[in-house]
Amino acid sequence: MDFTAIIIAMASLGGLGMIFSVGLSIANKKLHVEEDPRIAEVIEELPGANCGGCGLPGCAAFAEAVIAGEAEISGCPVNSDEGSQLIAEIMGVEVTTSERLIARVICQGGDYETAKKGVYQGVKTCIGATFAGGGDKLCSYGCIGYSDCVESCPFDAMYMNDNGLPVVINDKCTGCGNCVEACPRDIMELHPESHKLFVLCKNLDSPKESRKICTRACVGCGICVRLAGEGNMEMQDNLAVVNYDIYGSDPVLPTEKCPTDVLAILGGQVIEEKQSA
Amino acid sequence: MGLPTFKKGIHPNDNKSFTNHKPIEYLPIPEEVFIPLQQHIGVAGDVLVEKGQEVKTGQVIGKSEKFVSAPVHASITGTVKAVDQFLHPLGIKATMIHIEKTAEEDEWETINAPENWETASIEDLRNLIWQAGIVGLGGAAFPTHVKLAPPKEKEINTFILNGVECEPFLTADHRAMLEMGDKMLIGMSIIMKILGTENGYIGIENNKPDAIEIMNELVSKKFPAFKVVPLKVKYPQGAEKMLIEAIVKRRVPAGGLPMDVGTVVNNVGTALAVANAVVEGKPLIERIVTVTGQGITEPKNLMVRIGTPFKTLMESCGGLKESAIQVYMGGPMMGFAQYDMNVPIVKATSGIICQEKSDIFKKKTYPCIQCGNCVSVCPMNLLPTRLSSFAEMVKLEEAEEFGILNCIECGSCSYVCPSNIPLVQWIRVGKLQVSESKRKKVA
Repeated sequence: MDFTAIIIAMASLGGLGMIFSVGLSIANKKLHVEEDPRIAEVIEELPGANCGGCGLPGCAAFAEAVIAGEAEISGCPVNSDEGSQLIAEIMGVEVTTSERLIARVICQGGDYETAKKGVYQGVKTCIGATFAGGGDKLCSYGCIGYSDCVESCPFDAMYMNDNGLPVVINDKCTGCGNCVEACPRDIMELHPESHKLFVLCKNLDSPKESRKICTRACVGCGICVRLAGEGNMEMQDNLAVVNYDIYGSDPVLPTEKCPTDVLAILGGQVIEEKQSA
Repeated sequence: MGLPTFKKGIHPNDNKSFTNHKPIEYLPIPEEVFIPLQQHIGVAGDVLVEKGQEVKTGQVIGKSEKFVSAPVHASITGTVKAVDQFLHPLGIKATMIHIEKTAEEDEWETINAPENWETASIEDLRNLIWQAGIVGLGGAAFPTHVKLAPPKEKEINTFILNGVECEPFLTADHRAMLEMGDKMLIGMSIIMKILGTENGYIGIENNKPDAIEIMNELVSKKFPAFKVVPLKVKYPQGAEKMLIEAIVKRRVPAGGLPMDVGTVVNNVGTALAVANAVVEGKPLIERIVTVTGQGITEPKNLMVRIGTPFKTLMESCGGLKESAIQVYMGGPMMGFAQYDMNVPIVKATSGIICQEKSDIFKKKTYPCIQCGNCVSVCPMNLLPTRLSSFAEMVKLEEAEEFGILNCIECGSCSYVCPSNIPLVQWIRVGKLQVSESKRKKVA
């Protein structure tokens, strides 16, 4: 048997391997990029959901931005205070804790409460319905009810109730704001946990009109504004608005005085009970 | 060789026998009208009247100085009752002028028509068309004076009068050709004078043999320069890009306009409105509307004032049948479903279709089986199945790359889909989202 062919093959391939390995090792030295080891540490402390709530494309990008000083340490709305604290330790700075944000559904016009236009046969998403006359409910401000917000939630913190309205599970909500982005009607709003008083309606129609289309619409009667007192609440275009800068965190308003049950004091799981009631 | 047509497309049942033998009836002047400020593509006008003011028929009540816009006129003589938000047939609330009738007879305020249009200047004629508020009456409502003012570098050598009326059920254009063909051809001559072209074609589908005959007769007697072209029956032949392909065998480039291939297309109704404005000085205050379908007691072709509420037309047609469950504005392929019969007739309303339960198949949607039916019928050579899934997944960049903006929304894809996927509906959503994100990028 002739071994020369085998020897030539081994030698030539081995030689090639040697040449490339030398090239690679030179490239490794020459082109070496210094990566801050803290980036990996910061990523460790982040939730890792890549939800985009910070406005950057994913947790790794946020970590890099934090190291580069381009993002606030508390810029991740999802991260717990302890998490932010740990990142602050890695960075060697003090962190000011921000208040937890929770998404709120500012509409109570479910299937039972609202008047209908007819049968809607178009594509069953809120954004699709917006371009095709706005779904089957007569209200042109309220929840359309095709669950774009629930689909957009990366934390399973929302579901649709029997009444066709989205519900936020407060304990799971991280305040990332994806649902706020997803809603074409701006029904979803992010509020600090301390906001307790809400006007759960967005309808700006005339009282006569809104009374016709929804039993849970703000009819602009102004009772709440009178009860709350000057400056604390006001009427804007047939809708009562809470002035959160000075009011709404510790309200002592008798919400049952609201004739259409739009005014609500929310906290914890109350929102869910109230809306499925 | 068969009759000329375009590639692809579909053959829906035309259902035109409800009204194609019925002469146009003039609806009595309605008690009240609601005239939206925006009835055209482009800029909405400003309100020129106020509550309580007396207006005459034909008086300008809304107008914008912007080029791409069209003024709106009072369509009856009466008092302005309100200027407020009312429901528009497109499903949105829009500013409208509510006028209540005070005089049984029209008191006209006409526009200054030249004594002889043949000697009038092109500029004057175009201005007259703008003053008359004429828009494309086929359904898109694009201001006609804009269409008739192509940029200098685009040489227009062909004009096509669109008498195709490819949407099922509608017969308004058909009846107009039969009864007002003479005036229509005068309108066509005026348009061709403005464009400075010699080649005039009249495209009519072969399911209207009487219209082809009458048009041929008129053309041979008075307008020897025009040519009537009978076309094979196919949807969407009335879309201007398809019609150009069918008659002059030119393909409008993707993203382009008919003027890019030296062609302008106008609907027969538009030509009629042009003749009314230029010869008689009457602005666009009325149009022909086909009220039809299995769900209406007595289907009719009606000449109605712009702004007349739907219910007034329906009453004159004997009202809706008990069994009627759906009402559309426009044709069944591209129309808009209505839920309130108080909405007014607008310049773009070519028909009101009332359907019975048995006409509507609310079918279950199944997953795409990749059969390719939609691809083989798309007249714009797009891939509807891809585009609709891109729209569904909000992949706007990919959708744009695959030409979603070239879709003419004819609905052929949804019509043929064996899985009942709402293809055109999704594409429409995608189109709007893509153009919105483009606008945002520019801003």
